[in-house]
Amino acid sequence: MSGIVSYGYYVPRYRIKTETIAAQWGKCDDKIEKSLKVHEKAVAGLDEDVATMSYAASTMAFGDIKETKQSIGAVFIGSETFPYAVKPVSTSIAEWLDIPHGYLALDTQFACKAATGALIAAHGLVASKQIDHALICAADRANAKPNDALEYAAGSGANAWVLGNENVLAEIEGWSSYSSDTPDFWRRSKQDYPSHAGRFSGEPGYFQHLLSASNNLLTKLNRTAENYTYAAFHMPNGAFPLKAAKSLGFTVDQLKASYIVPQLGNSYAASALMGLVGTLEVAQPGETIFFCSYGSGAGADAISFKVTKEILKRRRVFAETLQQKTYIDYATYLRFMGMI
Amino acid sequence: MKNNVIGYYSTKFGELWERSLDDLLREALHGVLAETQLEAAQIDAIFLGNMLGGIVERSLLLSAHISEILGTNIPVYRVESACASGGMAFQMANDYLKANSGKTVIVIGAEKMTDVSPGEITEALSAAASPEEQDAGLTFPGVYALMAQYYLAKYGYTEEHLASIAVKNHDHGALNEKAHFQRAIDLNQVLGSQYVAFPLKVLDSSPISDGAAAVIMTNVDTLINNHKSVQVLAAETATDTISLSKRENLDELKATRIAGDKAFQTAGIARSDVQVMEVHDCFSIAEIFALEDLGFWTKGQGGKLAKEMSTHINSGNNLIVNTSGGLKAAGHPVGGTGIKQIGEVYLQLTGQANKRQVNNVKHGLTHNVGGSGGVAVVSILGV
Repeated sequence: MSGIVSYGYYVPRYRIKTETIAAQWGKCDDKIEKSLKVHEKAVAGLDEDVATMSYAASTMAFGDIKETKQSIGAVFIGSETFPYAVKPVSTSIAEWLDIPHGYLALDTQFACKAATGALIAAHGLVASKQIDHALICAADRANAKPNDALEYAAGSGANAWVLGNENVLAEIEGWSSYSSDTPDFWRRSKQDYPSHAGRFSGEPGYFQHLLSASNNLLTKLNRTAENYTYAAFHMPNGAFPLKAAKSLGFTVDQLKASYIVPQLGNSYAASALMGLVGTLEVAQPGETIFFCSYGSGAGADAISFKVTKEILKRRRVFAETLQQKTYIDYATYLRFMGMI
Repeated sequence: MKNNVIGYYSTKFGELWERSLDDLLREALHGVLAETQLEAAQIDAIFLGNMLGGIVERSLLLSAHISEILGTNIPVYRVESACASGGMAFQMANDYLKANSGKTVIVIGAEKMTDVSPGEITEALSAAASPEEQDAGLTFPGVYALMAQYYLAKYGYTEEHLASIAVKNHDHGALNEKAHFQRAIDLNQVLGSQYVAFPLKVLDSSPISDGAAAVIMTNVDTLINNHKSVQVLAAETATDTISLSKRENLDELKATRIAGDKAFQTAGIARSDVQVMEVHDCFSIAEIFALEDLGFWTKGQGGKLAKEMSTHINSGNNLIVNTSGGLKAAGHPVGGTGIKQIGEVYLQLTGQANKRQVNNVKHGLTHNVGGSGGVAVVSILGV
């Protein structure tokens, strides 16, 4: 069965605290933290972008399966902060990784679910045996207009996923997608910062799509939340995934391993999948993971995973590495993000 | 026969993202016709209160929209008087009926506010402010905040006195299934909320809401006799300077005082005859001003009585204020507010206010303010 053969991630070491941003704008940090449930976020450094972070994550993914590079038939990367408006990043990453040139390359955008659509498409190619392996990267170096509500969570990070049919560590049992023309968040070309419609991105956006995709998948697989060991959802802030999980019948315990937003913020396209990285660190063979991303605009991709014994060979240390961090002040944050 | 309100319908108030201004008009118009079992053909004219259609929705000539919705060709008059647009439409409809016997009209107030950003809606609302004071940076919260600062300092009150108004109105809103906010809040939540303009905080302030409300008013005897009817005893209005710097007193809204006095004179009843009121609590301080300027509370006593929650539905007192939740909890779709106020009093007077029904109600008053006191409309209804 097609699924995840290997994976990797990259989280920049720099962090800025919610209280640091709040103090800059004369806001009550305790109220913002209580409302958003985000304590700090990861910030890409001056020399880190979607391409470099994806490369670092991919390098980890290929760490002990370097020979797989020879049979990669697709390299997809999803992001909303590509360094180029026109020029693929997928080809750069493939080149740096020494992947032979007979691959299909795609850069995809769909706000925070830019990569999970690519992952489902790649799964189709792999499961149908049109290609042997696929590499999917999810990365963002998300910024927000200073003093915008988004500023407290918009973070940086990347992860990479190798899909295949053999030696699979997490089988893809099924998926369901839900999409509509719901403009809750957008960034027009040549604009530096995204715009959003405030609370509109909540009920009509995140919850309508994520809950619909999730419920559709549960129905499709004839399961309920109780049938899963873990759950991972897109994390635009700390409050939304908790509410979504509760609404679907998942417990805090099921969500715990994936719930990394209070420490890392929202790495946009990498956010939900970073939750999957957190879950795979603790998942045992035979356990199941319910996953659902959300992308503004809007859509959600729900995927059901079943973990195999292969996880014991390629489990990545995650939580511990997140402790390697350096706090920065607001001026440094602005400089790193190219805002001054 | 006197003018009577014979039916009321309101959409839910709130962030109605899937509804356009025309959707809201459609629901309220058809809703009030269904409520009264009347046909559009029985309506002689329509009065519409709407402030921001031209600015926010880029939508003028709403008269033609209403014609299209109802399939009629009757006169439709659009009234703009900032946040008192609804109340002013009602006042004009009342005068129209006084001048024309055997007529039936719909008075509808509607506003669509949540399709634009908070900055854009604040700018749009500021179109009703004093140009000079606006240039100096004063928004409506700023204007009311200055008046609140003056009031608290002059009479020795604190922010807690203001906060009590919001707590009371949320208690009432929790009983109103059409309210924007249907939950109770406590004093600590109000006092702990973020400042908008000192001393006013987020929870001292009414929200930005979408919504529409409509009543049918008639002087046709048969219709009055066949419906649950409430007589319009008075609908009076007064204006005043919009510039705070030109006001005689900073702790009163003169337009409220003048319109209130005229209304009681026209109605021929005493203040002690009124059991329920819907007043314009766009900010907590505004409800205190309203009760004082309408002559129910002595000037300067409002802070104390507000803190005692003397007009709470559970107070046991004879005067209950803002049973709908007021602008604070029921929501404030600016053009719709004045008609919702009339409708709420209509429900109270006809015993249809469900969980928030006040017992033995004979007279009710509504108080709708535009532009921080540039205009006020006071109406009195009775059974």
